[in-house]
Amino acid sequence: MAQELFSPSTLIFSAALLAAVSGVPLLFPRLLSAARAQLLSVAAMLAASCAGLAGAIATLISREVSLFELAWGVPFGPARFGVDPLTAWFLLPIFLIPGCAALYARSYWHADHYPANVRKMTLFFGLMTASMGGVVLARDGISFLYCWEIMALSAYFLVSTEDEKPEVNEAGTLYMMTTHTGTLGLFALFPLLHLLTGSWLFPAPASLNASSGLSAAVFLTALFAFGLKAGIMPLHIWLPSAHANAPSHVSAAMSGVILKVGVYGLIRTLSFFHGIPLWWGCVVLALGVVSGVVGVAFAIGQHDLKRLLAYHSIENIGIIFMGVGVALIGQIVGSATMMVLGMSGALLHVLNHAIFKALLFLGAGSVIHATGTREIDLMGGVARRLPYTSLLFGVGAVAICGLPPLNGFVSELFIYLGFFRAVQAEGGAAAAATLAAPALALIGGLAVACFVKVFGIVFLGAPRSEAHVARHESGWQMLLPMLLLGGLCVAIGLAPGVVAGLLEQTSLTVLPKLAGTGLPMRELVPLTMISIAGGLLLVMIALLTLWYRRRLAGAPCSETVTWGCGYQRPAVRMQYSASSFAEMLVSLFAFVLKPHSHRPDNIAGLFPGRSRFTSHVPEAVLELLYIPALLRLYHRSSGIRKLQSGILQQYVLYTLVTLIVLLCASYF
Amino acid sequence: MITLADQLLVLVLLINFISLGTSRLMFSIRAVAAQGVILGILPGLIHPFSWHLVAITVVILAVKGVIIPMMLGRAVRSAEIKREVEPFLGYVPTLLLGAVFTALSFGFAGRLPMLAEHQNYMFVPASIATLMTGFLVLTTRRKAISQVIGYLVLDNGIFIFGLLLTEAMPVMVEAGALLDLLVGTFVMGIVINQISREFSSLDTSLLTSLKEE
Repeated sequence: MAQELFSPSTLIFSAALLAAVSGVPLLFPRLLSAARAQLLSVAAMLAASCAGLAGAIATLISREVSLFELAWGVPFGPARFGVDPLTAWFLLPIFLIPGCAALYARSYWHADHYPANVRKMTLFFGLMTASMGGVVLARDGISFLYCWEIMALSAYFLVSTEDEKPEVNEAGTLYMMTTHTGTLGLFALFPLLHLLTGSWLFPAPASLNASSGLSAAVFLTALFAFGLKAGIMPLHIWLPSAHANAPSHVSAAMSGVILKVGVYGLIRTLSFFHGIPLWWGCVVLALGVVSGVVGVAFAIGQHDLKRLLAYHSIENIGIIFMGVGVALIGQIVGSATMMVLGMSGALLHVLNHAIFKALLFLGAGSVIHATGTREIDLMGGVARRLPYTSLLFGVGAVAICGLPPLNGFVSELFIYLGFFRAVQAEGGAAAAATLAAPALALIGGLAVACFVKVFGIVFLGAPRSEAHVARHESGWQMLLPMLLLGGLCVAIGLAPGVVAGLLEQTSLTVLPKLAGTGLPMRELVPLTMISIAGGLLLVMIALLTLWYRRRLAGAPCSETVTWGCGYQRPAVRMQYSASSFAEMLVSLFAFVLKPHSHRPDNIAGLFPGRSRFTSHVPEAVLELLYIPALLRLYHRSSGIRKLQSGILQQYVLYTLVTLIVLLCASYF
Repeated sequence: MITLADQLLVLVLLINFISLGTSRLMFSIRAVAAQGVILGILPGLIHPFSWHLVAITVVILAVKGVIIPMMLGRAVRSAEIKREVEPFLGYVPTLLLGAVFTALSFGFAGRLPMLAEHQNYMFVPASIATLMTGFLVLTTRRKAISQVIGYLVLDNGIFIFGLLLTEAMPVMVEAGALLDLLVGTFVMGIVINQISREFSSLDTSLLTSLKEE
């Protein structure tokens, strides 16, 4: 009995249920004060996180696969849920990030400071966590859709937490429209699968032949629906505004986890098929490359700290898609190495991105909390007031750039190695995949440029605006989750061997073809070398810092403004701004970014008068592609819209007319 | 007993015409309540005695005969609206349409492939006719309270059809349907209050202002 009680799947399911009800204490304001109830719900979320993580890790170690049926009275038969290594792998971020974010919210979104919306926020945060768990646990299309919708709707309420602000409302509406377009895609996807298999149950891995036209339709709808949720490049339009306008810990959970649920959906769908045609792999790889490069290019042009991080999410989803693409192409050309490296790289990057992006969003939240603005150009010198936050943000920034010795480097190395193996594989198609390697390198380089900008402008230098000087370091509830996430970045970066074994098992679930090949991960990737090199690098950095400190202690020094550019009397306004730092890169990518800049025109003579300069990188895909197209559609379809008059009685009349027509049809 | 049931069903059909033909809301509410009471008695007439049946009868009488009319009466009083003025379609045309639909439903019911023992009853035609009446009220009236009345008549129609199945229907389903109705009316009661406070009128056609252009 005790064993039954603590079996991994029981732990996971009870964790999801606990998370779902974690917001309930706040619903009884007469029994409990909001602050106490919030404490209770944070405790519930933490307990759920611990239980869920324990269950997921135990499943990954024991490689257990189990299936449960929940008999209930809805159509389409019983609901089926199951646990397998792939599910368990995605459960890691699903339980880790919201747990950290919930603790963070205790200080960041304290009930006493936000009495108007803390109830809504806490309730839907728990529901979102639980439903994300439900999505990865579901084993039939209908339960999947139920959980998916709960997830999408709770995320909507979280995005529009501060719905009294017009821009938040707008972001929420955009999110709602896009997420439901994605759901529409799922409504098409599952019936298509039903046509293929004759059942709502998910088919066994590699049980469907991918060569038929129906399979291609399944692939394309899955790519559309899940790509929309994951934020792949032409479908990413909801992501920047939603991430920017949600509370920071919600952005952390959304960017860290919800996007990954989209990735999960795609990987799960792909795992049903065998004999995948080449173009599937190429499409996924190409989408990955486009998202990666264009995502990071957009990020460089942003002035809003959270929008910038949101575009980096698009970039990282691109990297994950590149990994999946490598694995698919490997499957086609029969290269087990490419399959293992691509898939484990993608899966590891899923976890890594969840960790460091959540860390960055939480860090950004602390900065915004302290300065009271999201505008990078109004910040500056934050590192002096928030030393711990800036250190942890720095860790996240190094990790997201894919630099050693942190975790981002490891997963990107996997994907790089996958590309390099493609050269050796047979077939020109595989070799062509190596062309994506420079793209990955470009993404890495641009990411470094972008985070140098963020760190340099926000944390270094002198405060740029009196009103937004950072005031105080955040409380321990905000620092502890960040410390945990930063620690994980370092741990995975220094000891990738620990996760490699778990990854191998997960990749096997997705690609059962691999089972016979027996390719151990440590023969493909120099895991020990990574650990040793990473350790050496850290020791070297420490030694250099010590040496530098000692040298500096003896030297005479004077204080001046950072970014002072060697002027005689530097002023705060002379510092680099986010726009000036990014100007060159933005103009290089101007053909996609379409930046607006308003240049000053009255600068002439030796002492020109006052002038202004503004620059702005809009969401070009949304503003130049979707909105004009939708407007055209709107005008074209004015005739059809008369059917929707808004008169209640007319709608009932439609039902009545249908009924009468049916009656008459049966009569004659 | 069956003849008595059939006579009661004729009464139900007549009440349909009352709800179609009257403009006074209180009268309409009382008529529909009477219809509900008749429907509450009907199961006792056509099925053999059982405690299950007694329970159903009592609950239906309480809900349809007492609770819902009371709630609606309160809504009417608090909204201070007595009459349905300017319906989308006048009273005489609706009455005529109601008559046409009733005739059609008799014709249609004759063609349905039914069990031999149900063949001669009026249950099915009465059910369809009541259903249609409900739809007519829903489509032609403006006031929110009339909408609720139409909804109740519609539900009565469905209930008559269910009478044939009373014995086969599990208690849970019946209880669920009744609860559904009660909650539906309750919600509509709240909506009515909200509409009258917001628009200072109960005209549901004003709800079009909620539609975005």
